[in-house]
Amino acid sequence: MLAYIARRIVTLIPILFLISIVSFIVIELPPGDWVTFQIESLRMSGIELGQDEADRLTRQYGLDKPLHERYLRWIENMLFYGNLGWSFQWNRPVNDLLAERIPLTMAISIASLLLSWAIAIPIGIYSATHQYSVWDYIFTFIGFIGLATPGFLVALVLAWLIFTTTGFSPLGLFSTQYVDAPWSWEKLVDMLKHLVLPLFIIGLSSTGTTIRVMRANLLDELKKQYVITARAKGLSETKLLLKYPVRMAINPIVSTVGWILPGLVSGEVLVSIVLSIQTTGPLLLRAVLAQDMYLAGSIVMILSTLTVIGTLLSDILLAALDPRIRYGGVKK
Amino acid sequence: MTTTPTNDKLIEVRDLRTYFYLYEGVVKAVDGVSFEIRQGRSLGVIGESGCGKSVTAQSIMRIAPEPPAKHVGGEILLHLGRDGNGEVVDMLKLDPHGDRIRALRWKEIAMIFQEPMTSFSPLFTIGNQIGEAIQLHLPGLSKKQVRERTIDLLGRVGIPQPKRLIDAYPHQLSGGMRQRAMIAMALSCNPRLLIADEPTTALDVTIEAQILELIATLQQEFNMALMYISHDLAVVSEMSDEIMVMYLGSVMEQAETGEIFNNPLHPYTQALWRSIPRIEGGQDRLVPISGTLPSPYNLPKGCPFYTRCEHRMPGICDAARPPMIEVSPNHKVSCFLYKQE
Ligand SMILES: Nc1ncnc2c1ncn2[C@@H]1O[C@H](COP(=O)(O)OP(=O)(O)O)[C@@H](O)[C@H]1O
Ligand SMILES: [Mg+2]
Repeated sequence: MLAYIARRIVTLIPILFLISIVSFIVIELPPGDWVTFQIESLRMSGIELGQDEADRLTRQYGLDKPLHERYLRWIENMLFYGNLGWSFQWNRPVNDLLAERIPLTMAISIASLLLSWAIAIPIGIYSATHQYSVWDYIFTFIGFIGLATPGFLVALVLAWLIFTTTGFSPLGLFSTQYVDAPWSWEKLVDMLKHLVLPLFIIGLSSTGTTIRVMRANLLDELKKQYVITARAKGLSETKLLLKYPVRMAINPIVSTVGWILPGLVSGEVLVSIVLSIQTTGPLLLRAVLAQDMYLAGSIVMILSTLTVIGTLLSDILLAALDPRIRYGGVKK
Repeated sequence: MTTTPTNDKLIEVRDLRTYFYLYEGVVKAVDGVSFEIRQGRSLGVIGESGCGKSVTAQSIMRIAPEPPAKHVGGEILLHLGRDGNGEVVDMLKLDPHGDRIRALRWKEIAMIFQEPMTSFSPLFTIGNQIGEAIQLHLPGLSKKQVRERTIDLLGRVGIPQPKRLIDAYPHQLSGGMRQRAMIAMALSCNPRLLIADEPTTALDVTIEAQILELIATLQQEFNMALMYISHDLAVVSEMSDEIMVMYLGSVMEQAETGEIFNNPLHPYTQALWRSIPRIEGGQDRLVPISGTLPSPYNLPKGCPFYTRCEHRMPGICDAARPPMIEVSPNHKVSCFLYKQE
């Protein structure tokens, strides 16, 4: 088991190196840079910048250096000083910006994942063991609605509904009176109240998927011979179900743990914007639009890294759950 | 062995009908099967794939998936108690999820399956899965005693180093070893009837011979009755005192092994016998059975073998089911060619 984990960690290094290059290139790909974006914005508001002024800005931000040099400096600062660079757009260190948002982003993704599992896995088990029953059809229907409805739309509608019926504004993380208040029990409760809606909405689409996956996997497993063996042995249906087929059917779901972060960033940006939640998604969107390259690059880099680590964690979890993975494949 | 049992019946199956209600139609997988097995005796069940052998076995333990399966008729009488004077339960009348039937499964009737690859869950050690059955049916035993019993069983079925391999996962064993472990699991609670559903079909020939010998030896040792299911005639004849020939959910012929080999009566049995390659007789040519197999959703009203039978009599054989008649003591056949003595 330890050897397995060590082996997996070593393979991470080249992957992370590739990710860093890709992050950097993706950010550099669009024509123009922070300075041209600035000049363009100024021109929009009627101010023309002279050529030497533009050159001065370019030099000041280090944008005159060749690509590979900028990449190396970025990596060097990141690896040795933990310094992710400077956000032109916010005029603040990238580290500070991310420190405010990454914990919240992770907390929301993990909490929404656990929430969606807690809902979807029991429903999937019920649907599979009561295939074609009325409730199976109802859950299937709800699951497809969850899959097919865009999250931001649900967010808008629900936020509006909650506000008009209860007068509580579910936007942001805190109600206005708590934003600058020191931490207190009330503030915590207020934050949790604000988190319910985003968790629910972000969990919604993955809940639909997880129900489908769980139902299909379990239906497959229920036909397997080992289930019939267990039944023939005289095990009770509940014990049998939970010990054998459910354990098998959950494994493919566990293996998707690593994907929650990119999902949160891409799919849930709109939800976060609509609900004014300060996760990294909206930050990344604005950074890319403004060509705020160090910020954008760092976000892509960090989220990819977290994804790779997430995948590693799910693989380790799988190895713990499934002896065939733990002992390295099927021996003949 | 001081007294001979007044009644040595173990299980009586009477007119068993197990149908599958599927979207495409109704499959009459078992359609009026009757037989009985006496204590310590062995019954071989033979027939082409799909004729209802496995469903018959699953019905006896009530482990056919209900739904789609439904036992629409018949009774399966299990005689409890070794002296044959115990209670008689009809397995078909019990709740398939109830405590009563769960206590009877594996304790009275255990089963080994065709697929040694998949009959164990890959997630638990074989020791765990065998121990689970022991704990369930012999609840007085301590963890240590369960483990010792498991190791002893693994040794008896010929697994080398049972103390070590008790902690092996199924994928770490070969197919033959896994089937041995399955046999150990089946014997773990001293069942009175062992059902072996094509246990060697997935194994290669040398391993097959070893497993067959093992089952035959253990049947004596554990004093069990055996229901041995196979599509392989040679295997069935080696393993059984009596043979039952099935075709499309019905029993065609049933007799003692020697009798049915020397004197096959049903045209289907005769065709099956002709299809065995016989090296010593100079004829090593397989004679396939000609004719078309009727759709399982729509079985003919008359004899199920009518479409392929060499001796079919139009107007008689396709008009009604031939009744099962006993042409000589213990030799029964379902065919209009024969008359009750
Ligand atoms: N779980 C099931 N669902 C639907 N049909 C089944 C099921 N099990 C068996 N059958 C059908 O019942 C018939 C008999 O099958 P089976 O007893 O497995 O044959 P075999 O003699 O090869 O063991 C076949 O037509 C098969 O398709
Ligand atoms: Mg079968």
